[in-house]
Amino acid sequence: MALDSMQEIFDKIEKTGKPFWEIVLDTDMDERQVTRDASFEKMRKTWRAMLETDTTYRADRKSVSGLVGGDGRKMRDYAAVGNTLSGGYISEVISVALCTGESNACMRRIVAAPTAGACGVLPAVLIPLWWQYQMPEEEVVRALYVASGIGAVIGYKACLAGASGGCQAEIGTASAMAAGALTALRGGSAAQIGNAVAMALKNLLGLICDPVAGLVEVPCVKRNVVGAVNAVSCADMAMAGIESRVPVDQVIDCMGDVGRRMPVEFRETALGGLAATPFGLSVKQKMKQNKN
Amino acid sequence: MLDIFDILGPVMVGPSSSHTAGAVRIGNMARTLLGDTPVTAHIALHGSFAETGQGHGTDKALIAGLLGMKPDNLEIPRSFEVAKEQGLQFDFSEVDLRDAHPNTAVLEVQDAAGHHLKMQASSTGGGRIRVDKLDDVDVGFTGAFNTLIVHSLDISGELAEVTRELSRAKINIANMSLCRSRRGGTVLMVIETDQKIPPVARTLIEELPGVARLTYYEKETD
Repeated sequence: MALDSMQEIFDKIEKTGKPFWEIVLDTDMDERQVTRDASFEKMRKTWRAMLETDTTYRADRKSVSGLVGGDGRKMRDYAAVGNTLSGGYISEVISVALCTGESNACMRRIVAAPTAGACGVLPAVLIPLWWQYQMPEEEVVRALYVASGIGAVIGYKACLAGASGGCQAEIGTASAMAAGALTALRGGSAAQIGNAVAMALKNLLGLICDPVAGLVEVPCVKRNVVGAVNAVSCADMAMAGIESRVPVDQVIDCMGDVGRRMPVEFRETALGGLAATPFGLSVKQKMKQNKN
Repeated sequence: MLDIFDILGPVMVGPSSSHTAGAVRIGNMARTLLGDTPVTAHIALHGSFAETGQGHGTDKALIAGLLGMKPDNLEIPRSFEVAKEQGLQFDFSEVDLRDAHPNTAVLEVQDAAGHHLKMQASSTGGGRIRVDKLDDVDVGFTGAFNTLIVHSLDISGELAEVTRELSRAKINIANMSLCRSRRGGTVLMVIETDQKIPPVARTLIEELPGVARLTYYEKETD
């Protein structure tokens, strides 16, 4: 009983009266043949690993190419002065997205969500909310089930890898997962979760994967910010009662279709986009020289 | 098939699930199939592993795996130093393979007792891997199941003997393949099972006439 579409999840919610997260939990118990506790505890560990990445962040770490490191600290210092345009919660969302993305580039421990390159999006929206509202851990863990259920559907119907569908498959999916998780946390209905997912994915349709020198550094780290902030706005829109005109499953199919038709230069090969700019090529050249 | 912890996970050391986490798993698989920590390792990188491997720490990740580290071990960036401390000598080269996945490595490893293993494996995405060749014989298993690898003589009835022992131990086979290098040569049975295969069942299979060697990979657990 894999999760094949959002509609399938909605139907199960209708039929059983269970919330979104529990449908995903039931599926995991069935698929992996594990108990409810075993599944929940594994998800709790996943959450704690996300938190740990953020709390052990250090600004002095640098990535292999030297291009990434320290920006998370800059954002936090700037926000601490209290004069940001985006305000308290969003400033912290930006900070966590940067810290987690940089940690990944610096070979620290992260949770791929759904990929390592997009690992900052989900923690970025959840961690500041968790601090702000002092939520019980169980609530956040439930939100992670919602996120993973959404990711499973997108993985089944479309794709999750930059090599298959470009950045829209990585950051786009992560953003959709985060938007759905936030909507669930705020008490949104299944339909509202679906709208948040659809809007988040729509907004990032067509985003290419163009990593400079083929590394998960530029522009990946900062795209985590875009995915996270997009998720927040889509969750708020969904909670306001704004609907996606295109139904969520059709949006997901569409993302897969755009991905398949995307030129190979824009699918993680580092042959196009920012990777092919003079700057991008100079970094590639420098990495090559270091190797020899 | 993906489960939800393939979506939210793995918990891993960055920067890339395919080029880092998958590479650790490939190293780990080679270590397990060798049966011991290797003392020498010659590693050839193909395709994207050769192109961007260094920037993704693929080299460090493969060595970390050979040393028994898991993908979430924070020592992965230090694996070259750990290898030195533990007496593992290694070298890297680049290779251009035909019809291989872009993220492929060929590892030739040897342990202190002189056992030797050559393994070609690819990192297929999200940290998942596939072993493509063992000692130049085509295989295709992923480590997503408990995996029994039986080297046997090319004689009739051998497969039935092995599966009978599994059946007696009430072990269900999920996937199975049988390949040989040539007629009358060595046969490689790769049997993926739902349940763990207890030591006693493995010993019974190992003692079958016609079975030359047996290796066993137990699925990663939480």
